[in-house]
Amino acid sequence: MAACSIEDVLAKVEQEEAEKLKSITVHKELDLELDAGNLLAVDKNRVDEREFKRAKKDEFLRALARDNTQLLLNEVWKHPTERVEDVIVVKLPEPSTPLPREKPVPKPKPPTKWEQFAKLKGIQKKKKTNLVWDERVAKNEFNRLRNIARSQKLKVPGVGLAPAGRQSRSELAQAVGVAKVSTASVGKFQDRLPKEKAPKNAGKKRKFQPNIGDFAGEKQKQLDILKVLGSKKPRLDITRAVNKQMREEDMEAGAKARKGSGKKGRSSHMSGKGKGRKGPKGPKGKPRKQGKR
Amino acid sequence: MRPLTDDETKTMFEKLSKYIGENIKLLVDRPDGTYCFRLHNERVYYISEKILKLATNICRNKLVSVGTCFGKFTKTHKFRLHVTALDFLAPYAKFKVWVKPGAEQSFLYGNHVLKSGLGRITENTSQYQGVVVYSMADVPLGFGVAAKTTQECRKVDPMSIVVFHQADIGEYIRSEDTLT
Repeated sequence: MAACSIEDVLAKVEQEEAEKLKSITVHKELDLELDAGNLLAVDKNRVDEREFKRAKKDEFLRALARDNTQLLLNEVWKHPTERVEDVIVVKLPEPSTPLPREKPVPKPKPPTKWEQFAKLKGIQKKKKTNLVWDERVAKNEFNRLRNIARSQKLKVPGVGLAPAGRQSRSELAQAVGVAKVSTASVGKFQDRLPKEKAPKNAGKKRKFQPNIGDFAGEKQKQLDILKVLGSKKPRLDITRAVNKQMREEDMEAGAKARKGSGKKGRSSHMSGKGKGRKGPKGPKGKPRKQGKR
Repeated sequence: MRPLTDDETKTMFEKLSKYIGENIKLLVDRPDGTYCFRLHNERVYYISEKILKLATNICRNKLVSVGTCFGKFTKTHKFRLHVTALDFLAPYAKFKVWVKPGAEQSFLYGNHVLKSGLGRITENTSQYQGVVVYSMADVPLGFGVAAKTTQECRKVDPMSIVVFHQADIGEYIRSEDTLT
C-alpha cells in the first residue's frame, strides 16, 4: 500500500511539474526572431490552416499570441535584472531592428548671403575667446597656495611637471629636463632621443681645457679661429667711400683757397681758422693760455 | 694657469692682428717646437711647451710670471697688449713707423709721436692702424696706433700727433714693478 501510495505521489508530482513546464516552455518548429530592445518577436512558422479553420479562430489566435509572448518574455528575463523601488526591472539591450524614421529627412536650408560669400572666399569660422590670461593672477594664486602649504608644513612640488591644465611647450621641455636629471646619477646615463635637442638654460658650467693636454688640438683650434678671422673681409661701402673721397677733395680745395686768401686779409683768415675742422687744438689752445696768464 | 677659451682667443687674436695681421699663424704654428698661450692672473703668457710643463710644478698663487707676457684681459674682457709682446710683434709687423733720433727719447718717455719726429712711415697706413715704432737704426722702440693716414701725414703741421703711444720699451724702467 505504502509503496503504491509513494508511486502515486511521485506520479502526481511529475505531472504537476510537466504542467508547470508546459506553461513556460513553448515548442516551435522554427525559432522566433526576437528583438528584446524593441520588445519585438517575429514568428516565421507556417500557420496551420486546417487547425485554424477547425478550432475557434479567436481561441487559436489567442493561444498563438500567448505562446509567442511567453517566448519573448523568456528572452527578456535572460537579461540582467535590477530592483528599483521594490520593482524588478530588466535592462533591455540596444534594439537590433532598424525602424524607419517617422518624418521625412529635412531639406537643406538655402545658404544665406554671408554663407555664400564665405564659401566663395574660403572663410572659415573661428572660435575666439574674449578672455585674456592674466599671469599675475595665476602667480598670485600659486604663491597663496604655497604660503598655505608652508604654514602647514606640507611638501610642495618644486620645479618640474606640477599638475596643470594645459602646459606650454617650454614648460614641458623644462619638466622633461628636470625629470631627466632626477636620477640617482643626476642624469649622467640618460640617453637622448634621436632628434632631441640639448636642454636649454641647463645651467652652463664653466669648464676649461686641461692645462697640459692636447697641444695639437689646441693649435688646430687656434688656426681654425684664425681662418675665420681672416675670412672676414672688410665690407666696401661704395657710397661711403665715394663720399669720403669727395669730402677729401673738397677739403683740399678749401685748404688751398684759405691759404690764398690768408695773405690778403687778416680778419678773414682768423674767422677761417675758427671754422676749420682740422687742427683746432694748436691755434685754440694758445690764446686761451695767454688769457689765463 | 689655464688655456684660453675660444672667446678669449678670438679677442686676443683680433687685437694682435691689428699689428701683425695674418702673421699670428707663425706664432701659433712654429717649426721649432710647440708654443701655446696660457692665462694666468688675467694675463696671457706665450710659453713653450717645455717651460709650461716645468711651470706646473709651481703652485698657482706663487707663480708670478712664466714665458712671455703678451698682455692682459681687462675687467670688461678686452685685451690690452703689453710692451713685453714687442719682441714678437716687431719681427712680423705689417705697418712700421721710424722715429728720428731726436724724438726717440720723447717717445720712450711715453709721449705720442709728433710729425716733427716722424722719420719714415709704411705706405698705405690707414688711420687707427696698429703700428710698431722703430728707431732709425731699426731698433723696435714700442708700438702704437696711427693717428693719421700716410697721405695725411705729409700735409699736417709738425706739431700734430702722427702715432698715438701705446707701449714703449721705457716702460721696462718706468713700470718695472708691474710688468711681468
